[in-house]
Amino acid sequence: MPDGHPGALLALRGISKSFLGVGVLHEVDLDVAAGEVHAVVGENGAGKSTLMKIVSGGYAPDAGTITLAGQPQVFGSPRDAQRAGVGIIHQEFNLLPERTVAENVYLGHEPVRRGLVDRRQMLASTRRLLDSIGETALPADAPVGRLSVAQQQVVEIVKTLALDARLIIMDEPTAALADHEVALLYRLVRRLQEQGIGILYVSHRLTEVFDLSSRITVLKDGRRVTTVPTADTTADELVRHMVGRELSHYYPPRATPQDIGEVRLTVRAGANRKLRDIDLTLRAGEVLGVGGLQGSGRSALARALFGVAPFTAGEVVVDGTPTRLRSPRTAMRAGVAYVSEDRKGEGIVARQSVLDNALLASRAVFALRSGRTARTVRVRELLAAVEVRSAGDQQEIRYLSGGNQQKVVLARWLAVNPRILLFDEPTRGIDVGAKSAIHDLVRRLARDGAAVLMISSDLPELLGMSDRMIVMRDGRIAGELPAGATEEDVVALAVGTVRETAA
Amino acid sequence: MTTQTVSRRLAPLRRWNSGGILPILAVLVVLLVLVAARQPDFLSPPSLMSFLGRSAPIILLAAGQYFVIVSGEFDLSVGSLVTAQVVVAARLIDSDPSRTWPVVLVLLAGGALVGLVNGLITTRLRVPSFVTTLGMFLILVGAVYLWSDGAPKGGLTDQFRQLGRRAVEDVPVFGRLPYALLVLLVLAVAAVLLMRSDFGRTLVAVGDNPRTAQLSGVRVWRTRTIAFVLSGLAAAVAAILIGGYGGVSFQAGAGLEFGAITAVVLGGVALGGGRGSVVGAMLGALTLELLFALMNFYGVSGALRPSVQGAIILLAVAVSARRFSSR
Repeated sequence: MPDGHPGALLALRGISKSFLGVGVLHEVDLDVAAGEVHAVVGENGAGKSTLMKIVSGGYAPDAGTITLAGQPQVFGSPRDAQRAGVGIIHQEFNLLPERTVAENVYLGHEPVRRGLVDRRQMLASTRRLLDSIGETALPADAPVGRLSVAQQQVVEIVKTLALDARLIIMDEPTAALADHEVALLYRLVRRLQEQGIGILYVSHRLTEVFDLSSRITVLKDGRRVTTVPTADTTADELVRHMVGRELSHYYPPRATPQDIGEVRLTVRAGANRKLRDIDLTLRAGEVLGVGGLQGSGRSALARALFGVAPFTAGEVVVDGTPTRLRSPRTAMRAGVAYVSEDRKGEGIVARQSVLDNALLASRAVFALRSGRTARTVRVRELLAAVEVRSAGDQQEIRYLSGGNQQKVVLARWLAVNPRILLFDEPTRGIDVGAKSAIHDLVRRLARDGAAVLMISSDLPELLGMSDRMIVMRDGRIAGELPAGATEEDVVALAVGTVRETAA
Repeated sequence: MTTQTVSRRLAPLRRWNSGGILPILAVLVVLLVLVAARQPDFLSPPSLMSFLGRSAPIILLAAGQYFVIVSGEFDLSVGSLVTAQVVVAARLIDSDPSRTWPVVLVLLAGGALVGLVNGLITTRLRVPSFVTTLGMFLILVGAVYLWSDGAPKGGLTDQFRQLGRRAVEDVPVFGRLPYALLVLLVLAVAAVLLMRSDFGRTLVAVGDNPRTAQLSGVRVWRTRTIAFVLSGLAAAVAAILIGGYGGVSFQAGAGLEFGAITAVVLGGVALGGGRGSVVGAMLGALTLELLFALMNFYGVSGALRPSVQGAIILLAVAVSARRFSSR
């Protein structure tokens, strides 16, 4: 039971955390018993990572208590958490590839004899730890860079064991693994369980969660929705807990069949390092929504279409002409525009003026198309049309709110008359008013004949804006959904509880 | 600090004036007042015009360096490029007047070529420009020694020297206008116009955020390479003026790269790129020269110049770092 377990290894009570006044976690309770695998699931942004960072000492909670084996804990740093017996395995490993397994395991706390590192003891202890989890074949003196990803993960786990971890947090541990390596991880997790180590298992993949865990806690919008024994629940029920909130926002009306025109863009069997088997059509007048979890290939798809990380296989046809989109420039010349999800890093030129930002693309690619004065006049009109609020167009863009910055980025693209627009999280970090304005703009562009592809993690937005949706998983299109699909449909495809539907 | 209080008071102004030349103007005015107090003759038109003419090379180098720095890179090769150009010019002309103008063209082409190589190595081979241009610096030093067998040969003609030495005499009000000053004025106007053009605005955007620029269709490598070429051309012109004024030696351009960088930073241009104006950079160079003149008037040893330059660059970078982080 969620609140029972007097002998719990880890007990979190009323954990709250906010960043810059935005609540990320609200009074979360959670228990992990010794030898238990406790899974934590939730959408992107549900608060899983923040919670894990708090347990492992990365953040201090604003409120609430952490108790480890009955002892109240205050972690000032990840080191404090390590000392108390909390280990964390990140998605990205923290290993020195040139050093041996043993050197990595004891990095920073090497056994010392007479002031020198005692290599013999270091190797022997590493060997013992490896044996204790059944990894007898892994050599303790091999350089880590030569090991497979799965073996490197073992090294990460042994690192936590060398620090006497009693609780190990695993953050998406299978994300980097090949399919056959997942079974090895399963075996490893069972061994750790047998040693009485508690495991907090964070994963998007419900299959694993069901295979491994004994209890599941669902987080949504920073709150604990429920904690259930794994045996008593189903994937469908979990998905319902993960989503399910009311549509409170107004979205502009969708395209009617008459609005939808000819095919603007076709991709056949598109593939690159992050994408496989991409078949896609985009029509004039429609908004195609793209759902999926972070890292599922949503952004990779937009970046392939804009030539940032192009398709290396397959065929792209733009307006009836086979086209190779091999750089942003070629994509722009083909009429494609791209609004990145990383507004600060890839969207704005922070210390330049609003006007310079809005003119950036026109100057770079279509400089000779029209006279300078005419161009500036037109961009000023566009800035006014998208209703940018600024203290004049000579103001540096960094002083504008996120929503206004995004409008300037939109104006930059409208100035080059794109026919295909790719939006990656266009309303992330933007206040509600500006959000509506951007939704209206996106819809207006579609109505004026543009083909729009819009990626969003915000499910209500995705459902409210899209005329049609595709959902990505593991670099593929997991399925297509019509307008009117539910949040459950999207999440089910994203986490893979249903077999792929024919796209 | 004067710069700091002035810049703080003018902060709201600077927000709309991303050039940010007011602080450097204020410093310049303070220095002029100090000069006037000590050596009023210095401000008489003929002497002032000569001073400006003598300062023309470093001001041009600062403008060249500005293009590179504002795009987010460095050019450490300009000092040795100037030396190389002067030595090469003397040997190629070899006191033969008929060769003067062809050699001037060769120098300009050579400067552009060195800039092109710097730019391509930095952008296409992804060698940090600090290393690229330091390497170029050493290569040029060695090449010039090798080519001239350890001592400068040949000689410059009077025609070549007149740009750096002569002036339009008997001009009303000003007295005399050095050719170097006229060259400077023409190129300064060209630089200002260039920075207002599409290329100039794109150059600053590249220095500010190359990712965004690239994703907006800018060919970042090309833009930066052009900046290096402009710096090389500026060095060529500076070499022509310095050769004319100072004469041929292996020391002709020594330390100029550092002087140019100091001037640019003093002029309010952010190291790392994306902020500052070419006018600021040129005023920075003028301020630096005026400061050295002032040190001279107050009897401070000329040996202190490098130390003063070093202190200025540290101070200017620290002040600008504070300015940016406090926002």
